[in-house]
Amino acid sequence: MAMSYSEKVMDHFQNPRNVGKMEDADGIGEVGNAKCGDIMKIYLKIKDDVIEDVKFNTFGCASAIATSSIATELIKGKPLKDALSLTNQAVVEALDGLPPVKIHCSVLAEEAIKAAIKDYYDKNGIAYEADLFKESGCEHCCHNG
Amino acid sequence: MKVYADNAATTTISQHALAEMIQYYGGEYENASSLHTQGQAAADALEDARARIAACLHCDARGIYFTSGGSESDNQALIAAAHLGAKKGKRHLISTKIEHHAVLHTLDRLTKEGFEVTLLDVSRDGMVTPEQVEAAIREDTALVSVMFANNEIGTIQPIKEIGQICREHKVLFHTDAVQAAGHVNIDVDDMCIDMLSASAHKFHGPKGTGLLYCKRGIYLEPLICGGAQERGKRAGTENLPAIMGMAAALEDACANMEAYTKRVSGLRDKIILSLSTVPRAFLNGDSVKRLPNNINMCFEGIEGESLLMMLDMYGISASSGSACTSGSLDPSHVLLAIGLPHEIAHGSLRITLSEYTTEEEADYIIEKVPVVVEKLREMSPVWERMMQPQEC
Repeated sequence: MAMSYSEKVMDHFQNPRNVGKMEDADGIGEVGNAKCGDIMKIYLKIKDDVIEDVKFNTFGCASAIATSSIATELIKGKPLKDALSLTNQAVVEALDGLPPVKIHCSVLAEEAIKAAIKDYYDKNGIAYEADLFKESGCEHCCHNG
Repeated sequence: MKVYADNAATTTISQHALAEMIQYYGGEYENASSLHTQGQAAADALEDARARIAACLHCDARGIYFTSGGSESDNQALIAAAHLGAKKGKRHLISTKIEHHAVLHTLDRLTKEGFEVTLLDVSRDGMVTPEQVEAAIREDTALVSVMFANNEIGTIQPIKEIGQICREHKVLFHTDAVQAAGHVNIDVDDMCIDMLSASAHKFHGPKGTGLLYCKRGIYLEPLICGGAQERGKRAGTENLPAIMGMAAALEDACANMEAYTKRVSGLRDKIILSLSTVPRAFLNGDSVKRLPNNINMCFEGIEGESLLMMLDMYGISASSGSACTSGSLDPSHVLLAIGLPHEIAHGSLRITLSEYTTEEEADYIIEKVPVVVEKLREMSPVWERMMQPQEC
């Protein structure tokens, strides 16, 4: 393919980890929109502030699927505070890089995880600082990368 | 299994065209502008190629100018026709929303020069009607440019009817026939075509070579200035080997057209019929007035680039109108023009066959596409939502 993806991206696209849905999720986060061409949905199972299990569903290009896959690997079994501090840059690095036009996919992955944790906090009445989860519109995620 | 199904992007060169080229690269390398005997032999070969190509397109050989390809031909046709019109105070140009960017971006440039452009809408099948063209023609219309057949969805326009209307109204008519030449019958004179663009690599000729037909009597402004090649309309030493390859390829394509049309459109329809049984899948473009080798379908709930990449893993090379494949924000302008919403246009797949496509390859496409669609839908939250029962 013309798109120059790393071997790591191709591996995660071809063999996505943690793909699927979760019936009894403690937190669910969905970001992106179909109009832009990417939607990521992350399901979390949380126990004692640790992410016990994670699943994802993604509509999008190969790099959207690969970033979802690797992001779930990076947070599985980790404390929530680690997952909250996961940056899109860390996702890109874990994939050995992404083409510039695909950087937005890593932003989506970071946001999907945060949205799922926020959902968990909201459902359980756990207090958090308001600026922990900044709303970001479609503008920066849509192929501006 | 390796299946090349992206023939609208480019085709493999035919052995006949390649042999012609090698002959003119290796042995007969002379410059057609030289006065010595060998140079004159090259000039004779060039004129022979021109005559053979003219016979394929049913036009006057003196109207054929060799160029670097479809984009250059489109640029020159539009710019020359616009400037010619401007001399008579005509500064209005008509085209369609589904043209190739070689046309659309040239029109953008002409707009900046002060020309007014009307881009006609197309139907759900990507069709423009002669009535639409007639209604858009004004006193100051300098040019109508409508593509012969669309490169994405394969729809073939009513070129003859549009040509007749343009002639009645004394408006120049250009058609971008890059996807049509060598694939469907073109009769320049009968179809009232004043200008036509074609490109060799779309019909098993070499890349970097094409032609512009411009009817005699229409002043063709050169884009490239220099020597007197191509009767002063296109400077630069002619790429004789490539031109000889193009002539051979076009002749073969036209000679085999009946058999090609029958066999390849048969494979096309077999694939369309089979893939149409995939749930929430549909064909884009006209099902009948369609290039023999073009299949363009949308599969709802998935995104085209991942579809392509996964087909690539199975050895199938295809194309998509998804934004992700173009690196831009929007999906294909053609799919949007036929009325598809963004989210569905993202899930398009273009499969384009050639005379070399085999029955086995078609069967392999039929086998693998549904598998890949299913796999991607399984992990798609959009598909999940589509499959949920609708609340009343």
